[in-house]
Amino acid sequence: MAALAEVRVEQVAREDLVMFVNACFSCTGQREFYGDARGQSVSIEFLHQYILGNYRRLYARTLAAGINHFNQAQIILNLLASGSPADARDKAEEGALIAAALRALPPQRAFRVLESLRGRRINNRRARAIVRDYVHGRANLAFDAVKYRSKLRAAVSHGHLKLEGELGPFLFRGWKKRSFTQPLLETFRRAHYTHEALYELPYTVAEGLAVKHGISREVFLRRIEPRLTAAERLRLQESAARERGTPPPVDLGRASLTKLALYVLALSLEVRRERHAELHAALEQAAARVLRRAPSPLQRVAAILDNSYSSSGSLEKRRRPLGVALATHYLLSAAAREYRAWWTCPVEEPLLVSARGQTDIATPLLEALAWGADLVVIVSDGYDNDPPKAVAELTRVFRSKLDPERHTALVHVNPVFDSEGYAPRSFGAAVPTVGVRDAEDLPTVLGFARFAEGVASLSELEAYLASRVGAMLQRDAGGRQGHDEGRRQDAPPAEEGES
Amino acid sequence: MTDARLIQRLEPAGLRLAPSQVCGGIRLVPVLRDEVRGDLRMTLRTYDDVAAVVSVKGGLKEPGLKYISYVPHGLVMTWGNRQAEAVYGTQLQAVDGKSLRAGPFSIRLLHRMVHREDRRQLRMLPLHLAMEGFLSLQFGGPEIAWAEYSREGLSRGLAPRSESSVPGWASPMLDGALRTFEIHPRQVGLLLFNADVLLSAFVVAHPDDYRALHRTLVEDFYCDLLLQYGFLGDAPELGLTLDDARVSSLEDLRNEVHRMRQDWADFHGFMAGSLFGASLSSTPVYKAGGFLLQRFHTSLDPAEENHIGEAIVGTDGTLEYLKTYRLSAAQTRRAYLLSQLAQCEWHLEDTAERLRTTASDLSLRLRNAGFGYLLKDSVLEAAQRKPRR
Repeated sequence: MAALAEVRVEQVAREDLVMFVNACFSCTGQREFYGDARGQSVSIEFLHQYILGNYRRLYARTLAAGINHFNQAQIILNLLASGSPADARDKAEEGALIAAALRALPPQRAFRVLESLRGRRINNRRARAIVRDYVHGRANLAFDAVKYRSKLRAAVSHGHLKLEGELGPFLFRGWKKRSFTQPLLETFRRAHYTHEALYELPYTVAEGLAVKHGISREVFLRRIEPRLTAAERLRLQESAARERGTPPPVDLGRASLTKLALYVLALSLEVRRERHAELHAALEQAAARVLRRAPSPLQRVAAILDNSYSSSGSLEKRRRPLGVALATHYLLSAAAREYRAWWTCPVEEPLLVSARGQTDIATPLLEALAWGADLVVIVSDGYDNDPPKAVAELTRVFRSKLDPERHTALVHVNPVFDSEGYAPRSFGAAVPTVGVRDAEDLPTVLGFARFAEGVASLSELEAYLASRVGAMLQRDAGGRQGHDEGRRQDAPPAEEGES
Repeated sequence: MTDARLIQRLEPAGLRLAPSQVCGGIRLVPVLRDEVRGDLRMTLRTYDDVAAVVSVKGGLKEPGLKYISYVPHGLVMTWGNRQAEAVYGTQLQAVDGKSLRAGPFSIRLLHRMVHREDRRQLRMLPLHLAMEGFLSLQFGGPEIAWAEYSREGLSRGLAPRSESSVPGWASPMLDGALRTFEIHPRQVGLLLFNADVLLSAFVVAHPDDYRALHRTLVEDFYCDLLLQYGFLGDAPELGLTLDDARVSSLEDLRNEVHRMRQDWADFHGFMAGSLFGASLSSTPVYKAGGFLLQRFHTSLDPAEENHIGEAIVGTDGTLEYLKTYRLSAAQTRRAYLLSQLAQCEWHLEDTAERLRTTASDLSLRLRNAGFGYLLKDSVLEAAQRKPRR
C-alpha cells in the first residue's frame, strides 16, 4: 500500500513539473487569441507559487531548462523573495543558478528584474549580493547608466551599492550638476542642450530627447539610423513606413529565426512575392545557424502546421503562432534528412502563408501518417474544430490499433498557453504536448517531449534538469572568463522587442 | 398563381453544415456552399444614425405607414448574368434616403424596406424586412365593429404596433464568439445557437460576401433568449468518438474521420430542425431578375419554436440568401392571438370557443399580451371581476 502511494506521489510530482516547465516555455502573461492577459497572468502566477512551495529545488533548476525570459525573470524574483534554502548545497546551487540566469538574460530584462526587487520589497542579503554581483559584472556600466537609467538607479539605491567614478553623481545628484569626463555621460548631458550630441546616444534614449527638442520624426530616424540595433531596426519597419519615411535597412543575416519569420509575416503579400528569394535565403540561413548551435539530426519528418485564423495571435503577440509555425518549417526542413510539410489551409508557398480559415488538423495528419514519417511534429494552438476532438480520437486509435510499437513518434508543439488548463492545450493523451515560444527552442523542446508523454520517470526528469543545470553553469563560467578578457559591450545584444 | 420559387418548406439544398465552434454558451455552425455561381453579390451599407424611419407606404416625408427602428446597416444586392462579379464593389455608395438633424442626433429617412437603386441593384434592410412583415400581420384590426372593441381599436387598428428585440452587442459572449470564430474558405453562412437553441440563420450567395458580412452579425437583433439563456453555462463541446473496432488500416481511419464529419453535419441539421424542414408561409416581396426576395414565418403555434425571416431563391430553386429571427415566446403568443382573432373575423365569443376558453379569459389574455387597448375598458373590467365571484 505504502509503495503504491509512493508511486502515485512520484507520478503527481512528475506531472506537476512537466506542466510547469511546459507553461514556462510558452506563457508570457500576455493576451492570446482565445484568452485575455489577466487570466494568463493569474494562471502562471499560481503555477509559480505552487511549484515553488512544493518542489523548491526543481523550481530553481527549471531556470536551466531553456524556458522563456518572462518565466526566468519570474523564477528569479520568486526565489529571491522567499529567502534561501536551509541546505548548504542547495543554497550554493540556487545562488549560482540565479546569478547565471540573470547574466544570461537580455540586459533590459535583467534590469527590469532588479527594478522589480524594489517594487516587491525584496531586500534580503542574498538579493543584495545578487544585485551587486550583476551590476559589478556589467562590462560597460556607463552605457547601462544611460540606457537603463531609472532601473539602474532603482537597483543601486535599493541594494545600497557603491558605484565608482562619476556614475554615482550621474545617477543620484543629477546630470545637470556638472560636466563629466566619461564620454558617454558627457554626451548624455550635452544631448539635453544640442541636437548633435543626441545622435550619439542609444536609440531608445535619444527618442525621448528628440521629442523634447521638437525634431521631426523623419529627420530623427534618418540620422539615428547608424545607432540602431538589429532588433530596433526590425521593430521600426512598420512604424517608419507609416510615418511615410523610409524604413531603416535590416541586416536579415543577423536576426533570429522566429523574429525573422515574424518580420516576413508582417510584410504584405506583394512585397513577400517580390523579395521571395532574399527572404527565403535569410530564413534558411537563420535555421542553419540555430542548428549549428544545437544540432539535432532527424530522419523522415512530417510537419503539420496550423495556419488557421487563430494563429493570428493577439494584439500583444501578433501572428506569433503563425510565425513559430513558419520558423519551425524552415528549422525542420534544415534538420531532417527527408521532410514534408502540410498546412491546415494549404498554401502554394510557405512564405506567402497567412492566418485564415478553420483548423482541420485531421486531414493533413492522415496524409502525413500515410507518407510514413518517423516523426510527426504538429505546430498548433491545440484548438481543432473541423471536426472537434478529431485529432485526439485519431491519434488514440492510431496508437492503439495501427502503431502500438511506436514506430512513429508524434509531438505537438504549442506556442499558446491556455490559462484555464494551466498548460498549453493538448490533443489528448496519445500525443505529448510541449510549449514553445520561439522555434529556436525546438531542439530543447523535442528533448523534453518524452517527459510530457509520461513514459519517463521522475528521477529521469530530475537527472535531465540536473544535467541542464551543469551545462548552464559551465556555460556561464566560460562566458565570464571570456568577458573578463574584455568583451566590448557598446552595442548590447539584440533586444527582446515586444515581450 | 403561385411562384415555384416561393418557399413552402426550407430545404438547405446545395448547402452543407460543418462541425460547430463553441465559445461559452454560443455555438456557431458554419454553412458551406460547394457550388458558387457568383451572379448575386451583396455588400454592406452602414448607417450611423440613432434611428431610421422607413416609409412603408407613401412618400419619404409624407404621412403614411412608417417603420421606425434602429437600423445599423443595410445590404445592397447586385445581380446579373456573370456581371455581378465584375461590377461587385465598384459602385460608388449612393446617397440613401435623407438624413435629418434632430438636436444632437440624426435620423435617417429611408424609402421602403426594399429599394431599387439601379437596374441591377437593390438595397434592403435585413431582418427589418421580416420584422415589418411580422408587425403588419393582421395590422388593420377588426373589420366588423363588434361591440367589445374600443373606439381607438376600431378606427386605427393596431397602430402603432411595436416589438422589442436584443441587439447582438448586448451579449459580450456573442461578440467574443464571432471574433474567435474561424471562417471556412467556402463558408457562406452561419447558424447561431445560444445554449443550443437556434436563434438565427444567415446565408448569403458568395463566400467573399460572407467574410465581409460576418461581423455584422453582432449588430443584428435577436430575440431575448440571447440574454436570457446567456446566463446558462457553457455549451458542451460534444466530442464524438471513433470506433476502434472498425479500424485496421490508415484508409479505415480516413473513412472514420469522414464519417465523424458527416455525423456532425447530421447532428446540427437535427438541432436546426425547427427551421429547416418546417412548413412556412411566405409572401413575395420583390422580383429581381431571376431571383425572388420573399419573407416568411413558420406556423406561429405557441407550442413550437417559431422563426420569421427573409430569403432569396434563384430560378433553379437554390437558396441564395437567408436571414432569420427567432420569435420569443411572448411574440409568438401575440401573433397567435391575432391570427386566431382574424380567422374568426375578430368575434370574441367565436374565438374563445375556438381556443376552448371563455370570452372573458380571452380578453384577459389579450390584455396580458399587450393588446388591452383594443378592447373597451368596460369589457376588460368585467373580465377582471368575473373570477372573483
